[in-house]
Amino acid sequence: METIASTKSLIARGAGRSYGDAALNAQMTLLMAGSSRILFFDDQTGRLTCEAGMLLADILKVFVPRGWFLPVTPGTQYVTVGGMIASDVHGKNHHGAGSFGVHVESFDLAVSNGQMLRCAAGENVDLFNATIGGMGLTGVILRVTFRMLRIETDLILQETIRASNLGEAFDVLERSLSSTYSVAWIDSLAKGDRLGRAVVFTGEHLAAAELPKERASTPFKSSQHSERKVPFDFPGITLNRFSVSAFNAVYFASRKPGRLIVDYQPYFYPLDSISQWNRIYGRAGFVQYQVVFPREGSREAIAAILRRVSDYGVGSFLSVLKLCGRQRNGLLSFPREGYTLALDFPIRARTFSMLLELDRIVDDHDGRIYLAKDARMGARMFERGYPRTAEFALVRQQFDPSRKMRSVLSDRLGI
Amino acid sequence: MTIVSPVLIVGAASDIGRAIAAEYAKAGASLILAARDVRRLEDDAKDLYYRYKAEAQLVECDILDAAQREALVGNMTEVPGTVISVVGLLGDETIAWSSPAAANQIMQVNYVAPSLLLGAFANRMAKMPGACIIGISSVAGDRGRKKNYTYGSAKAGFTAFLSGLRNRFGSSELHVLTVKPGFAATRMTQGMALPSFLTASPEQVARAILEAHRRRKNVVYVLGVWRWIMLIIRAIPEQTFKSMDI
Repeated sequence: METIASTKSLIARGAGRSYGDAALNAQMTLLMAGSSRILFFDDQTGRLTCEAGMLLADILKVFVPRGWFLPVTPGTQYVTVGGMIASDVHGKNHHGAGSFGVHVESFDLAVSNGQMLRCAAGENVDLFNATIGGMGLTGVILRVTFRMLRIETDLILQETIRASNLGEAFDVLERSLSSTYSVAWIDSLAKGDRLGRAVVFTGEHLAAAELPKERASTPFKSSQHSERKVPFDFPGITLNRFSVSAFNAVYFASRKPGRLIVDYQPYFYPLDSISQWNRIYGRAGFVQYQVVFPREGSREAIAAILRRVSDYGVGSFLSVLKLCGRQRNGLLSFPREGYTLALDFPIRARTFSMLLELDRIVDDHDGRIYLAKDARMGARMFERGYPRTAEFALVRQQFDPSRKMRSVLSDRLGI
Repeated sequence: MTIVSPVLIVGAASDIGRAIAAEYAKAGASLILAARDVRRLEDDAKDLYYRYKAEAQLVECDILDAAQREALVGNMTEVPGTVISVVGLLGDETIAWSSPAAANQIMQVNYVAPSLLLGAFANRMAKMPGACIIGISSVAGDRGRKKNYTYGSAKAGFTAFLSGLRNRFGSSELHVLTVKPGFAATRMTQGMALPSFLTASPEQVARAILEAHRRRKNVVYVLGVWRWIMLIIRAIPEQTFKSMDI
């Protein structure tokens, strides 16, 4: 608290899993990951209070065996609860459950003068809404109370549906709105009639009554997955249109349509089992690009993006398409009703010029770029994508007039 | 061998103290946590309860204060089956060179106070079946070096004290364990450039302690490589050692 009050400029950092410059500040970056204590849990209602530095992986380890799961989870478990609020993360159930912020009852926030404020829907509500998705720019989140989700088993009933082009992928996702979880993996290199060919995965938490015989007595087997490691940076040449397209071809061929019972770990966190997976991109690294469009214009916009990516031939290894539900309370929260597409690209000389072209498509179709994944957009793109920036600035003016809470990202985007 | 509860951890608010508390709670022990400022332990106790259903009693004690130290030993309603001292202070070596007060504090915290405390508990625990006293000393005590000899000499004293205590109770129920963590990534060493293969996390230190406790080991290095490093460092002739910069 004294540190916050006495320093000139700082940003809190959780697990450092944002893809860009959100948790960096040249003067002071507060490391929150050590604060990870559980302060309260009600095993009747699932209300959990913990320190903001607690890792999602830690929560899962403690609570999945007791029959509780996160109401919303991003695609990696190596994020902190504070980071999940700052980025207002979403998961495969956004169309039904909304983003993580929806499930947060309250949090304690240390604001710029070192004072601690309790924020909730009925208390400091402006600050509450600005902090959810606020990229840490309103203060330092110290403690969080949110509601967990009751589960009967730690298994997922997964259904795999193939879509031979983008139109079909959209249709399948529209039909899957009644599923708890749904997401599509897109082959970003497919062209022509096969542009946007995809595999759609839907999922439900398996009920105890549906357990296969051999697991009937152990609904929670808490799979402590073994971690494999990418041992070195792959040479830059490894990822090219041929290797990515070979990977995609194998990937799509190997996903058999139909129903399958799977562990929750590989279902929600496929990449977590390979630590330092990012090294396959080589030393130059990669950029993530995630956008969301209004539902009406989505098909056209996403087809335009995929065409551009496919033409460039800079293959995106993991391309994910998802239908989001309505926008919630967070002022700078990313998800809004419509389709979101996430792509990643190895860094090459031409990657950035292609992204500038994608920016133009995003701008033309009223899209927005996800701050937690961005490392390179400009201030204008940001302002056009996020219509509530003025409200956010007002809250910030009230609680942090000297703009003490700032990051490389906020300086870049003029937030 | 079994762990005898309650397990008293002195210096429980430190990073290693917290990790030890978690490790013993996970193993089903009941805990007594002691620190100078008991408020710093309150959230730890909640965490231990919600994670492991472990009960933890909290005690405020500054073991540098003789009266408080004696009260801690004398006022225990239930004599602990295990006592672990995590008390320590690295201090600033160069300040200690010119400030007797600073040097004295390093010596008090690392040698005098924990030795007197564990000695007093040993007297009370001598006949208790399965009792164990554990002192966290340091590899710095294996040989004095210019970089940290004030700290190192105090740890050397503590190591020798534990060794003598172990010898005294060698044929009784009471076991004495000396732990030398090597480098540990804690608040005490934050900002230092430590080589990762020589540096243990607090959780690693805690696991090694519980394991050594169960096996009734006498002296353990948390990372085995330290045993060999210190063997070599101790073997260097003084004539050579005195002009070395390590």
